Amino acid sequence: MWGNPESFARTSAVVVCLFGLTVAVGLASLLIGFVALDATAVMEALFGVGPESTQMIVSEIRLPRTLMGVLAGGALGMSGAALQGLFRNPLADPGIIGISASAGLGAVATLHFGLAPDFALAVPLMAMATASVSTLILFVVAMRDSSALTLILVGIGVSSLAVAFTSLVINFSSNPFALNDMVLWLLGSLANRSFTDIALSAPFIVTGLLLMYASAGGLRVLSLGEAVAESMGVSQRKLRGLIVLGSSMAVGASVAVCGTIGFVGLVAPHMVRPFLGNDPARILWPSAFAGAILVTFADILVRTFSSGQELKLGVLTSLVGAPFFLFLVVKTRRMMR
Amino acid sequence: MSIAVTNLSVSLSGQPILLNAELELRRGELLGLIGPNGSGKSTLIRAMLGLQKGDGGQITIDELDRDAYGRRELARLVAYLPQDHTVHWPLSVEATVALGREPHLGPFGKRSKADWQIVEHVMHDMDITAFKGRSVRTLSAGERARVLLARAIAVQAPYLLADEPTAALDPRHQLTVMKLLHGLTRQGVGTLVVVHDLPLAAQFCDRVCLLHEGRIMAAGRPADVLNDDNIAAAYGVETVRIRVGDASLIVPVGVKVP
Repeated sequence: MWGNPESFARTSAVVVCLFGLTVAVGLASLLIGFVALDATAVMEALFGVGPESTQMIVSEIRLPRTLMGVLAGGALGMSGAALQGLFRNPLADPGIIGISASAGLGAVATLHFGLAPDFALAVPLMAMATASVSTLILFVVAMRDSSALTLILVGIGVSSLAVAFTSLVINFSSNPFALNDMVLWLLGSLANRSFTDIALSAPFIVTGLLLMYASAGGLRVLSLGEAVAESMGVSQRKLRGLIVLGSSMAVGASVAVCGTIGFVGLVAPHMVRPFLGNDPARILWPSAFAGAILVTFADILVRTFSSGQELKLGVLTSLVGAPFFLFLVVKTRRMMR
Repeated sequence: MSIAVTNLSVSLSGQPILLNAELELRRGELLGLIGPNGSGKSTLIRAMLGLQKGDGGQITIDELDRDAYGRRELARLVAYLPQDHTVHWPLSVEATVALGREPHLGPFGKRSKADWQIVEHVMHDMDITAFKGRSVRTLSAGERARVLLARAIAVQAPYLLADEPTAALDPRHQLTVMKLLHGLTRQGVGTLVVVHDLPLAAQFCDRVCLLHEGRIMAAGRPADVLNDDNIAAAYGVETVRIRVGDASLIVPVGVKVP
Protein backbone atom coordinates (compact mmCIF):
# COMPACT_ATOMS: atom_id res chain seq x y z
CA MET A 1 0.00 0.00 0.00
CA TRP A 2 2.95 2.28 0.65
CA GLY A 3 5.22 1.09 -2.10
CA ASN A 4 8.70 -0.26 -1.51
CA PRO A 5 10.03 0.63 1.96
CA GLU A 6 13.38 1.45 0.37
CA SER A 7 11.97 3.85 -2.22
CA PHE A 8 12.97 7.49 -2.24
CA ALA A 9 9.36 8.70 -2.44
CA ARG A 10 8.43 6.78 0.67
CA THR A 11 11.43 8.09 2.59
CA SER A 12 10.51 11.64 1.66
CA ALA A 13 6.89 11.07 2.71
CA VAL A 14 7.96 9.63 6.07
CA VAL A 15 10.39 12.50 6.70
CA VAL A 16 7.65 15.05 5.93
CA CYS A 17 5.23 13.24 8.27
CA LEU A 18 7.82 13.09 11.05
CA PHE A 19 8.64 16.75 10.62
CA GLY A 20 4.93 17.60 10.82
CA LEU A 21 4.59 15.49 13.95
CA THR A 22 7.62 17.17 15.53
CA VAL A 23 6.07 20.59 14.92
CA ALA A 24 2.71 19.38 16.26
CA VAL A 25 4.20 17.92 19.44
CA GLY A 26 6.31 21.06 19.83
CA LEU A 27 3.20 23.25 19.64
CA ALA A 28 1.39 20.99 22.11
CA SER A 29 4.35 21.40 24.42
CA LEU A 30 3.87 25.18 24.30
CA LEU A 31 0.18 24.82 25.17
CA ILE A 32 0.36 22.30 27.98
CA GLY A 33 1.72 23.14 31.38
CA PHE A 34 1.01 24.31 34.92
CA VAL A 35 -0.80 27.41 33.63
CA ALA A 36 -3.53 26.54 31.13
CA LEU A 37 -3.15 28.55 27.91
CA ASP A 38 -5.13 28.33 24.69
CA ALA A 39 -3.64 28.32 21.18
CA THR A 40 -4.45 31.99 20.50
CA ALA A 41 -2.82 33.17 23.68
CA VAL A 42 0.32 31.13 22.92
CA MET A 43 0.52 32.43 19.34
CA GLU A 44 0.06 36.01 20.49
CA ALA A 45 2.67 35.59 23.17
CA LEU A 46 5.16 34.17 20.65
CA PHE A 47 4.80 37.32 18.57
CA GLY A 48 5.08 39.57 21.60
CA VAL A 49 1.40 40.43 21.98
CA GLY A 50 -0.86 39.92 25.01
CA PRO A 51 -0.29 39.99 28.78
CA GLU A 52 3.32 40.14 29.90
CA SER A 53 2.97 37.14 32.22
CA THR A 54 1.77 34.95 29.35
CA GLN A 55 4.60 36.19 27.15
CA MET A 56 7.02 35.31 29.93
CA ILE A 57 5.65 31.81 30.36
CA VAL A 58 5.66 31.08 26.64
CA SER A 59 8.89 32.74 25.50
CA GLU A 60 11.08 32.36 28.57
CA ILE A 61 9.92 29.04 29.98
CA ARG A 62 8.04 26.86 27.52
CA LEU A 63 9.76 27.80 24.24
CA PRO A 64 13.33 27.10 25.38
CA ARG A 65 12.15 23.95 27.14
CA THR A 66 10.48 22.72 23.95
CA LEU A 67 13.39 23.65 21.68
CA MET A 68 15.83 21.98 24.04
CA GLY A 69 13.69 18.84 23.99
CA VAL A 70 13.68 18.78 20.19
CA LEU A 71 17.45 19.33 20.03
CA ALA A 72 18.32 16.76 22.69
CA GLY A 73 15.89 14.23 21.26
CA GLY A 74 17.28 14.74 17.76
CA ALA A 75 20.83 14.31 19.04
CA LEU A 76 19.97 11.10 20.89
CA GLY A 77 17.83 9.69 18.06
CA MET A 78 20.37 10.14 15.29
CA SER A 79 23.25 9.03 17.52
CA GLY A 80 21.35 5.83 18.25
CA ALA A 81 20.75 5.18 14.55
CA ALA A 82 24.36 5.96 13.61
CA LEU A 83 25.82 3.80 16.40
CA GLN A 84 23.48 0.90 15.62
CA GLY A 85 24.67 1.17 12.02
CA LEU A 86 28.33 1.39 12.97
CA PHE A 87 28.19 -1.53 15.40
CA ARG A 88 25.76 -3.36 13.11
CA ASN A 89 23.69 -4.10 16.16
CA PRO A 90 20.08 -3.02 16.75
CA LEU A 91 20.66 -2.88 20.51
CA ALA A 92 23.37 -0.20 20.47
CA ASP A 93 22.60 3.04 22.27
CA PRO A 94 24.52 6.29 22.82
CA GLY A 95 24.98 5.21 26.44
CA ILE A 96 27.17 2.36 25.23
CA ILE A 97 30.08 4.62 24.29
CA GLY A 98 30.22 6.20 27.72
CA ILE A 99 29.58 9.80 26.73
CA SER A 100 26.51 10.25 28.93
CA ALA A 101 28.30 8.85 31.96
CA SER A 102 31.31 11.12 31.44
CA ALA A 103 29.14 14.21 31.07
CA GLY A 104 27.37 13.15 34.25
CA LEU A 105 30.68 12.99 36.09
CA GLY A 106 31.55 16.56 35.09
CA ALA A 107 28.19 17.85 36.24
CA VAL A 108 28.24 16.02 39.55
CA ALA A 109 31.80 17.14 40.30
CA THR A 110 30.86 20.77 39.64
CA LEU A 111 27.90 20.53 41.98
CA HIS A 112 30.05 18.85 44.63
CA PHE A 113 32.69 21.57 44.58
CA GLY A 114 29.97 24.20 44.85
CA LEU A 115 30.89 26.00 41.64
CA ALA A 116 27.32 26.06 40.36
CA PRO A 117 25.86 28.95 42.43
CA ASP A 118 28.62 31.39 41.38
CA PHE A 119 28.40 30.69 37.69
CA ALA A 120 25.21 29.37 36.07
CA LEU A 121 26.94 27.73 33.14
CA ALA A 122 29.50 25.90 35.26
CA VAL A 123 27.55 22.64 35.22
CA PRO A 124 26.95 22.31 31.45
CA LEU A 125 30.45 23.58 30.63
CA MET A 126 32.14 21.10 32.94
CA ALA A 127 29.87 18.32 31.69
CA MET A 128 30.91 19.13 28.14
CA ALA A 129 34.56 19.22 29.15
CA THR A 130 34.46 15.74 30.68
CA ALA A 131 32.43 14.45 27.73
CA SER A 132 35.14 15.83 25.44
CA VAL A 133 37.83 13.94 27.30
CA SER A 134 36.07 10.63 26.77
CA THR A 135 35.26 11.64 23.20
CA LEU A 136 38.96 12.13 22.64
CA ILE A 137 39.78 8.71 24.10
CA LEU A 138 37.14 7.02 21.93
CA PHE A 139 38.19 8.99 18.87
CA VAL A 140 41.81 7.89 19.25
CA VAL A 141 40.65 4.27 19.61
CA ALA A 142 38.34 4.62 16.59
CA MET A 143 41.08 6.04 14.39
CA ARG A 144 43.47 3.21 15.14
CA ASP A 145 43.14 -0.01 13.24
CA SER A 146 40.92 -1.67 15.76
CA SER A 147 37.54 -3.31 15.39
CA ALA A 148 34.08 -2.06 16.25
CA LEU A 149 34.08 -4.54 19.12
CA THR A 150 37.16 -2.88 20.66
CA LEU A 151 35.35 0.43 20.42
CA ILE A 152 32.33 -0.94 22.28
CA LEU A 153 34.53 -2.44 24.98
CA VAL A 154 36.51 0.79 25.43
CA GLY A 155 33.17 2.63 25.59
CA ILE A 156 31.95 0.33 28.33
CA GLY A 157 35.25 0.79 30.16
CA VAL A 158 35.09 4.58 29.93
CA SER A 159 31.47 4.49 31.04
CA SER A 160 32.22 2.29 34.05
CA LEU A 161 35.11 4.49 35.09
CA ALA A 162 32.97 7.63 34.86
CA VAL A 163 30.20 5.97 36.87
CA ALA A 164 32.76 4.87 39.47
CA PHE A 165 34.09 8.42 39.87
CA THR A 166 30.56 9.80 39.98
CA SER A 167 29.75 7.37 42.77
CA LEU A 168 32.94 8.42 44.55
CA VAL A 169 31.92 12.07 44.41
CA ILE A 170 28.40 11.31 45.63
CA ASN A 171 29.87 9.07 48.33
CA PHE A 172 31.97 11.88 49.80
CA SER A 173 29.45 14.63 49.32
CA SER A 174 28.59 15.90 52.81
CA ASN A 175 26.34 18.73 51.71
CA PRO A 176 22.76 17.39 51.53
CA PHE A 177 21.67 20.18 49.16
CA ALA A 178 24.48 19.49 46.71
CA LEU A 179 23.71 15.79 47.00
CA ASN A 180 20.10 16.43 46.15
CA ASP A 181 21.12 18.55 43.15
CA MET A 182 23.44 15.83 41.91
CA VAL A 183 20.86 13.10 42.08
CA LEU A 184 18.21 15.27 40.45
CA TRP A 185 20.63 16.31 37.70
CA LEU A 186 21.49 12.69 36.94
CA LEU A 187 17.80 11.90 36.52
CA GLY A 188 17.56 14.17 33.48
CA SER A 189 15.12 17.01 32.97
CA LEU A 190 14.18 19.81 30.60
CA ALA A 191 12.74 21.98 33.38
CA ASN A 192 14.11 25.51 33.69
CA ARG A 193 16.22 25.38 30.51
CA SER A 194 16.95 28.80 29.11
CA PHE A 195 18.04 30.16 25.76
CA THR A 196 21.56 30.32 27.20
CA ASP A 197 21.50 26.53 27.50
CA ILE A 198 20.34 26.29 23.91
CA ALA A 199 23.01 28.68 22.69
CA LEU A 200 25.59 26.62 24.53
CA SER A 201 24.55 23.21 23.26
CA ALA A 202 22.97 23.84 19.83
CA PRO A 203 26.22 24.46 17.89
CA PHE A 204 27.66 21.17 19.15
CA ILE A 205 24.44 19.25 18.55
CA VAL A 206 24.04 20.59 15.01
CA THR A 207 27.71 19.93 14.14
CA GLY A 208 27.37 16.44 15.59
CA LEU A 209 24.27 15.73 13.51
CA LEU A 210 26.01 16.89 10.33
CA LEU A 211 29.11 14.80 11.05
CA MET A 212 26.96 11.72 11.56
CA TYR A 213 25.00 12.44 8.40
CA ALA A 214 28.28 12.66 6.47
CA SER A 215 28.77 8.98 7.30
CA ALA A 216 25.52 7.88 5.59
CA GLY A 217 26.99 6.31 2.46
CA GLY A 218 29.64 4.49 4.46
CA LEU A 219 27.07 3.12 6.93
CA ARG A 220 24.98 1.75 4.09
CA VAL A 221 27.88 -0.18 2.56
CA LEU A 222 29.00 -1.34 6.00
CA SER A 223 25.90 -3.57 5.99
CA LEU A 224 28.04 -5.98 3.96
CA GLY A 225 30.91 -5.98 6.45
CA GLU A 226 34.13 -4.04 6.88
CA ALA A 227 36.07 -5.76 4.07
CA VAL A 228 33.43 -5.06 1.43
CA ALA A 229 32.95 -1.51 2.68
CA GLU A 230 36.69 -0.90 2.47
CA SER A 231 36.76 -2.37 -1.05
CA MET A 232 33.94 -0.01 -1.98
CA GLY A 233 36.03 3.01 -1.09
CA VAL A 234 34.81 3.56 2.50
CA SER A 235 37.62 4.18 4.96
CA GLN A 236 36.71 2.39 8.18
CA ARG A 237 38.80 4.82 10.19
CA LYS A 238 37.08 7.81 8.72
CA LEU A 239 33.66 6.24 9.21
CA ARG A 240 34.34 5.36 12.87
CA GLY A 241 35.92 8.76 13.45
CA LEU A 242 32.94 10.65 12.02
CA ILE A 243 30.39 8.71 14.03
CA VAL A 244 32.30 8.72 17.30
CA LEU A 245 33.02 12.43 17.04
CA GLY A 246 29.52 13.30 15.80
CA SER A 247 27.60 11.27 18.36
CA SER A 248 29.88 12.32 21.21
CA MET A 249 29.45 16.00 20.39
CA ALA A 250 25.68 15.73 20.00
CA VAL A 251 25.06 13.50 23.00
CA GLY A 252 27.69 15.21 25.16
CA ALA A 253 26.14 18.62 24.56
CA SER A 254 22.60 17.42 25.18
CA VAL A 255 23.49 15.49 28.35
CA ALA A 256 25.51 18.48 29.58
CA VAL A 257 22.39 20.60 29.50
CA CYS A 258 19.56 18.13 30.22
CA GLY A 259 21.17 15.32 32.19
CA THR A 260 20.86 11.71 31.13
CA ILE A 261 17.75 10.87 29.16
CA GLY A 262 18.08 7.14 28.67
CA PHE A 263 16.88 4.78 25.95
CA VAL A 264 15.75 7.45 23.46
CA GLY A 265 18.70 6.62 21.19
CA LEU A 266 17.84 2.95 21.40
CA VAL A 267 14.13 3.31 20.73
CA ALA A 268 13.99 6.05 18.06
CA PRO A 269 15.56 4.03 15.20
CA HIS A 270 13.20 1.13 15.94
CA MET A 271 10.23 3.47 15.60
CA VAL A 272 11.14 4.35 12.01
CA ARG A 273 12.41 1.00 10.70
CA PRO A 274 8.92 -0.49 10.17
CA PHE A 275 8.23 2.39 7.75
CA LEU A 276 11.60 2.73 6.06
CA GLY A 277 13.25 -0.67 6.11
CA ASN A 278 16.63 -1.46 7.59
CA ASP A 279 19.00 0.64 5.51
CA PRO A 280 21.13 2.27 8.26
CA ALA A 281 21.73 5.42 6.21
CA ARG A 282 18.10 6.03 5.32
CA ILE A 283 16.96 6.13 8.94
CA LEU A 284 19.45 8.75 10.21
CA TRP A 285 17.29 11.89 9.89
CA PRO A 286 14.00 10.08 10.52
CA SER A 287 15.50 8.74 13.78
CA ALA A 288 16.50 12.27 14.76
CA PHE A 289 12.88 13.39 14.28
CA ALA A 290 11.57 10.33 16.11
CA GLY A 291 13.92 11.12 19.01
CA ALA A 292 12.75 14.74 19.07
CA ILE A 293 9.11 13.62 19.13
CA LEU A 294 9.79 11.06 21.88
CA VAL A 295 11.58 13.50 24.19
CA THR A 296 9.12 16.35 23.65
CA PHE A 297 6.15 14.04 24.13
CA ALA A 298 7.66 12.48 27.25
CA ASP A 299 8.29 15.97 28.61
CA ILE A 300 4.61 16.84 28.09
CA LEU A 301 3.63 13.70 30.00
CA VAL A 302 6.03 14.57 32.80
CA ARG A 303 4.44 18.00 33.15
CA THR A 304 0.91 16.67 32.92
CA PHE A 305 1.19 13.91 35.48
CA SER A 306 3.38 15.64 38.02
CA SER A 307 1.87 17.02 41.16
CA GLY A 308 4.21 18.59 43.67
CA GLN A 309 7.46 16.69 43.07
CA GLU A 310 8.01 16.59 39.31
CA LEU A 311 8.55 13.20 37.70
CA LYS A 312 11.94 13.51 36.01
CA LEU A 313 12.10 13.05 32.26
CA GLY A 314 15.01 10.60 32.35
CA VAL A 315 13.12 8.45 34.85
CA LEU A 316 10.10 8.26 32.57
CA THR A 317 12.11 7.41 29.43
CA SER A 318 13.96 4.70 31.35
CA LEU A 319 10.75 3.29 32.78
CA VAL A 320 9.37 2.93 29.25
CA GLY A 321 12.70 2.26 27.50
CA ALA A 322 14.06 -0.53 29.68
CA PRO A 323 11.13 -2.92 29.13
CA PHE A 324 11.34 -2.06 25.43
CA PHE A 325 15.01 -3.03 25.49
CA LEU A 326 14.14 -6.40 27.03
CA PHE A 327 11.41 -6.87 24.45
CA LEU A 328 13.97 -6.10 21.72
CA VAL A 329 16.46 -8.62 23.04
CA VAL A 330 13.79 -11.30 22.88
CA LYS A 331 12.48 -10.20 19.50
CA THR A 332 15.80 -9.40 17.79
CA ARG A 333 16.09 -12.77 16.16
CA ARG A 334 12.73 -12.43 14.49
CA MET A 335 13.17 -8.74 13.71
CA MET A 336 16.53 -9.25 12.05
CA ARG A 337 15.11 -11.41 9.29
CA MET B 1 45.94 -3.68 -19.18
CA SER B 2 46.12 -5.82 -16.09
CA ILE B 3 46.54 -6.11 -12.35
CA ALA B 4 50.10 -7.26 -11.84
CA VAL B 5 51.39 -8.68 -8.58
CA THR B 6 55.18 -8.79 -8.37
CA ASN B 7 57.23 -10.48 -5.72
CA LEU B 8 54.52 -10.14 -3.06
CA SER B 9 55.12 -11.46 0.44
CA VAL B 10 52.59 -11.27 3.25
CA SER B 11 52.77 -12.51 6.79
CA LEU B 12 50.09 -12.55 9.46
CA SER B 13 51.31 -12.21 13.05
CA GLY B 14 54.78 -13.35 12.08
CA GLN B 15 53.52 -16.37 10.13
CA PRO B 16 54.43 -16.18 6.43
CA ILE B 17 51.31 -16.62 4.29
CA LEU B 18 52.53 -15.57 0.85
CA LEU B 19 56.10 -15.85 -0.41
CA ASN B 20 57.21 -13.92 -3.49
CA ALA B 21 53.89 -14.41 -5.24
CA GLU B 22 53.69 -13.35 -8.89
CA LEU B 23 50.37 -13.08 -10.66
CA GLU B 24 48.87 -11.18 -13.54
CA LEU B 25 45.15 -10.70 -14.10
CA ARG B 26 44.52 -9.32 -17.57
CA ARG B 27 41.36 -7.59 -18.65
CA GLY B 28 39.16 -9.94 -20.60
CA GLU B 29 40.36 -13.18 -19.04
CA LEU B 30 38.91 -15.56 -16.49
CA LEU B 31 41.73 -16.51 -14.19
CA GLY B 32 41.13 -19.36 -11.74
CA LEU B 33 43.00 -19.22 -8.45
CA ILE B 34 43.22 -22.73 -7.05
CA GLY B 35 45.02 -24.36 -4.18
CA PRO B 36 44.33 -26.23 -0.96
CA ASN B 37 42.84 -24.61 2.15
CA GLY B 38 45.28 -22.26 3.82
CA SER B 39 47.48 -21.90 0.74
CA GLY B 40 47.02 -18.11 0.79
CA LYS B 41 44.34 -17.57 -1.88
CA SER B 42 42.14 -15.21 0.14
CA THR B 43 45.17 -13.37 1.49
CA LEU B 44 46.42 -12.84 -2.05
CA ILE B 45 43.07 -11.34 -3.06
CA ARG B 46 42.94 -9.15 0.04
CA ALA B 47 46.47 -7.95 -0.64
CA MET B 48 45.54 -7.12 -4.24
CA LEU B 49 42.71 -4.97 -2.90
CA GLY B 50 44.90 -3.27 -0.32
CA LEU B 51 42.92 -4.80 2.56
CA GLN B 52 46.04 -6.65 3.65
CA LYS B 53 49.42 -4.98 3.92
CA GLY B 54 52.32 -6.79 2.26
CA ASP B 55 55.84 -7.17 3.68
CA GLY B 56 57.27 -6.50 0.26
CA GLY B 57 56.51 -6.57 -3.41
CA GLN B 58 54.52 -4.46 -5.78
CA ILE B 59 50.96 -4.36 -7.09
CA THR B 60 50.13 -2.31 -10.15
CA ILE B 61 46.76 -1.76 -11.75
CA ASP B 62 46.78 -0.72 -15.39
CA GLU B 63 50.51 0.03 -15.15
CA LEU B 64 50.06 2.38 -12.17
CA ASP B 65 50.98 1.56 -8.58
CA ARG B 66 47.83 0.62 -6.66
CA ASP B 67 48.53 3.23 -3.98
CA ALA B 68 48.45 5.96 -6.63
CA TYR B 69 44.69 5.52 -6.93
CA GLY B 70 42.18 7.25 -4.67
CA ARG B 71 39.86 5.07 -2.57
CA ARG B 72 36.74 5.58 -4.64
CA GLU B 73 38.65 5.40 -7.89
CA LEU B 74 40.02 2.05 -6.79
CA ALA B 75 36.53 0.94 -5.75
CA ARG B 76 35.24 1.64 -9.25
CA LEU B 77 38.21 -0.21 -10.77
CA VAL B 78 38.23 -3.42 -8.73
CA ALA B 79 35.11 -5.14 -7.37
CA TYR B 80 35.40 -7.68 -4.56
CA LEU B 81 33.27 -10.57 -3.41
CA PRO B 82 34.56 -11.96 -0.11
CA GLN B 83 34.12 -15.50 1.10
CA ASP B 84 32.10 -14.28 4.09
CA HIS B 85 28.49 -13.81 3.04
CA THR B 86 27.24 -12.01 6.13
CA VAL B 87 24.69 -9.25 5.60
CA HIS B 88 24.31 -7.36 8.86
CA TRP B 89 20.87 -5.84 8.30
CA PRO B 90 17.80 -7.50 6.82
CA LEU B 91 17.99 -5.54 3.56
CA SER B 92 15.93 -6.51 0.54
CA VAL B 93 17.64 -8.34 -2.31
CA GLU B 94 17.23 -5.32 -4.56
CA ALA B 95 18.69 -2.92 -1.98
CA THR B 96 21.63 -5.25 -1.44
CA VAL B 97 22.44 -5.48 -5.14
CA ALA B 98 22.04 -1.70 -5.43
CA LEU B 99 24.83 -1.26 -2.86
CA GLY B 100 27.15 -2.13 -5.72
CA ARG B 101 26.41 1.26 -7.27
CA GLU B 102 27.65 3.12 -4.17
CA PRO B 103 31.15 3.95 -5.53
CA HIS B 104 29.49 5.70 -8.48
CA LEU B 105 27.10 7.89 -6.49
CA GLY B 106 27.40 11.60 -5.82
CA PRO B 107 27.63 13.20 -2.37
CA PHE B 108 23.91 12.80 -1.60
CA GLY B 109 23.81 9.13 -2.52
CA LYS B 110 20.92 9.42 -4.94
CA ARG B 111 20.78 6.57 -7.45
CA SER B 112 20.00 7.47 -11.05
CA LYS B 113 17.68 5.66 -13.43
CA ALA B 114 20.76 4.18 -15.10
CA ASP B 115 21.90 2.78 -11.73
CA TRP B 116 18.55 1.02 -11.24
CA GLN B 117 18.66 -0.35 -14.79
CA ILE B 118 22.05 -1.88 -14.07
CA VAL B 119 20.66 -3.39 -10.85
CA GLU B 120 17.64 -4.83 -12.73
CA HIS B 121 19.87 -6.24 -15.42
CA VAL B 122 22.31 -7.91 -13.05
CA MET B 123 19.46 -9.38 -10.96
CA HIS B 124 18.00 -10.85 -14.13
CA ASP B 125 21.34 -12.37 -15.15
CA MET B 126 21.81 -13.89 -11.71
CA ASP B 127 18.31 -15.36 -11.69
CA ILE B 128 17.29 -13.53 -8.50
CA THR B 129 14.63 -11.14 -9.82
CA ALA B 130 11.87 -13.46 -8.57
CA PHE B 131 12.72 -12.67 -4.94
CA LYS B 132 14.04 -9.12 -5.26
CA GLY B 133 11.69 -7.82 -2.55
CA ARG B 134 12.62 -10.45 0.01
CA SER B 135 15.03 -9.89 2.89
CA VAL B 136 18.46 -11.39 2.19
CA ARG B 137 18.32 -12.96 5.63
CA THR B 138 15.47 -15.24 4.63
CA LEU B 139 17.32 -16.67 1.61
CA SER B 140 19.11 -19.98 1.38
CA ALA B 141 22.91 -19.92 1.35
CA GLY B 142 22.95 -20.45 -2.41
CA GLU B 143 20.45 -17.69 -3.10
CA ARG B 144 22.35 -15.33 -0.88
CA ALA B 145 25.62 -16.19 -2.64
CA ARG B 146 24.05 -15.21 -5.95
CA VAL B 147 22.68 -11.97 -4.52
CA LEU B 148 26.10 -10.99 -3.19
CA LEU B 149 27.82 -11.87 -6.45
CA ALA B 150 25.20 -9.74 -8.20
CA ARG B 151 26.15 -6.90 -5.83
CA ALA B 152 29.81 -7.23 -6.84
CA ILE B 153 28.96 -7.39 -10.55
CA ALA B 154 26.72 -4.33 -10.22
CA VAL B 155 29.84 -2.24 -9.49
CA GLN B 156 30.66 -2.78 -13.18
CA ALA B 157 34.34 -2.54 -12.45
CA PRO B 158 36.84 -3.64 -15.10
CA TYR B 159 38.28 -6.12 -12.59
CA LEU B 160 36.38 -8.52 -10.36
CA LEU B 161 38.00 -10.58 -7.60
CA ALA B 162 35.60 -13.26 -6.41
CA ASP B 163 36.51 -15.47 -3.48
CA GLU B 164 34.71 -18.80 -3.95
CA PRO B 165 31.59 -17.51 -5.72
CA THR B 166 30.38 -21.07 -6.37
CA ALA B 167 30.99 -22.52 -2.90
CA ALA B 168 27.36 -22.76 -1.73
CA LEU B 169 25.76 -23.39 -5.09
CA ASP B 170 24.04 -26.43 -6.59
CA PRO B 171 25.48 -27.78 -9.89
CA ARG B 172 23.02 -25.85 -12.01
CA HIS B 173 23.83 -22.53 -10.38
CA GLN B 174 27.55 -23.32 -10.31
CA LEU B 175 27.42 -23.61 -14.07
CA THR B 176 25.23 -20.52 -14.42
CA VAL B 177 27.61 -18.45 -12.32
CA MET B 178 30.73 -19.65 -14.12
CA LYS B 179 29.09 -19.05 -17.48
CA LEU B 180 28.10 -15.58 -16.39
CA LEU B 181 31.61 -14.77 -15.15
CA HIS B 182 32.98 -16.13 -18.40
CA GLY B 183 30.51 -13.92 -20.28
CA LEU B 184 31.70 -10.90 -18.28
CA THR B 185 35.28 -11.53 -19.29
CA ARG B 186 34.21 -11.56 -22.94
CA GLN B 187 32.93 -8.04 -22.33
CA GLY B 188 36.43 -7.13 -21.21
CA VAL B 189 36.28 -7.68 -17.44
CA GLY B 190 39.35 -9.25 -15.87
CA THR B 191 37.96 -11.80 -13.43
CA LEU B 192 39.81 -13.73 -10.77
CA VAL B 193 37.86 -16.57 -9.17
CA VAL B 194 38.86 -18.83 -6.34
CA VAL B 195 37.46 -22.29 -7.10
CA HIS B 196 37.85 -25.61 -5.40
CA ASP B 197 36.05 -27.57 -8.09
CA LEU B 198 38.87 -28.53 -10.45
CA PRO B 199 36.70 -29.71 -13.37
CA LEU B 200 34.79 -26.45 -13.14
CA ALA B 201 38.04 -24.48 -13.24
CA ALA B 202 39.29 -26.54 -16.18
CA GLN B 203 36.05 -26.05 -18.06
CA PHE B 204 35.71 -22.28 -17.76
CA CYS B 205 39.01 -20.61 -16.89
CA ASP B 206 41.31 -19.19 -19.55
CA ARG B 207 44.23 -19.66 -17.20
CA VAL B 208 44.65 -21.07 -13.74
CA CYS B 209 47.12 -20.30 -11.04
CA LEU B 210 47.94 -23.01 -8.49
CA LEU B 211 48.92 -21.75 -5.06
CA HIS B 212 50.61 -24.05 -2.58
CA GLU B 213 51.98 -23.06 0.84
CA GLY B 214 52.09 -19.40 -0.08
CA ARG B 215 53.96 -19.88 -3.34
CA ILE B 216 52.69 -19.92 -6.90
CA MET B 217 53.40 -23.52 -7.87
CA ALA B 218 52.23 -23.33 -11.46
CA ALA B 219 50.34 -20.94 -13.72
CA GLY B 220 49.12 -21.25 -17.25
CA ARG B 221 46.49 -23.01 -19.34
CA PRO B 222 44.28 -25.34 -17.26
CA ALA B 223 45.38 -28.36 -19.28
CA ASP B 224 49.02 -27.66 -18.40
CA VAL B 225 48.60 -26.70 -14.76
CA LEU B 226 46.05 -29.30 -13.73
CA ASN B 227 48.24 -32.32 -14.33
CA ASP B 228 48.37 -35.29 -12.01
CA ASP B 229 51.75 -34.40 -10.52
CA ASN B 230 50.80 -30.83 -9.66
CA ILE B 231 47.50 -31.87 -8.12
CA ALA B 232 49.12 -34.65 -6.13
CA ALA B 233 51.84 -32.34 -4.86
CA ALA B 234 49.52 -29.46 -3.94
CA TYR B 235 46.48 -31.27 -2.60
CA GLY B 236 47.87 -34.68 -1.61
CA VAL B 237 45.17 -36.53 -3.50
CA GLU B 238 45.09 -39.22 -6.15
CA THR B 239 43.23 -38.38 -9.31
CA VAL B 240 41.69 -40.06 -12.33
CA ARG B 241 40.89 -38.65 -15.75
CA ILE B 242 37.44 -38.74 -17.26
CA ARG B 243 37.11 -38.03 -20.96
CA VAL B 244 34.10 -35.90 -21.85
CA GLY B 245 34.05 -35.20 -25.58
CA ASP B 246 37.36 -33.53 -26.36
CA ALA B 247 38.02 -32.53 -22.79
CA SER B 248 39.66 -34.58 -20.10
CA LEU B 249 38.38 -33.81 -16.60
CA ILE B 250 40.52 -34.41 -13.56
CA VAL B 251 38.66 -35.92 -10.62
CA PRO B 252 40.16 -36.51 -7.16
CA VAL B 253 39.40 -40.04 -5.97
CA GLY B 254 41.55 -40.77 -2.97
CA VAL B 255 43.83 -39.28 -0.32
CA LYS B 256 47.48 -39.85 -0.97
CA VAL B 257 49.36 -41.46 1.89
CA PRO B 258 52.78 -39.87 2.12
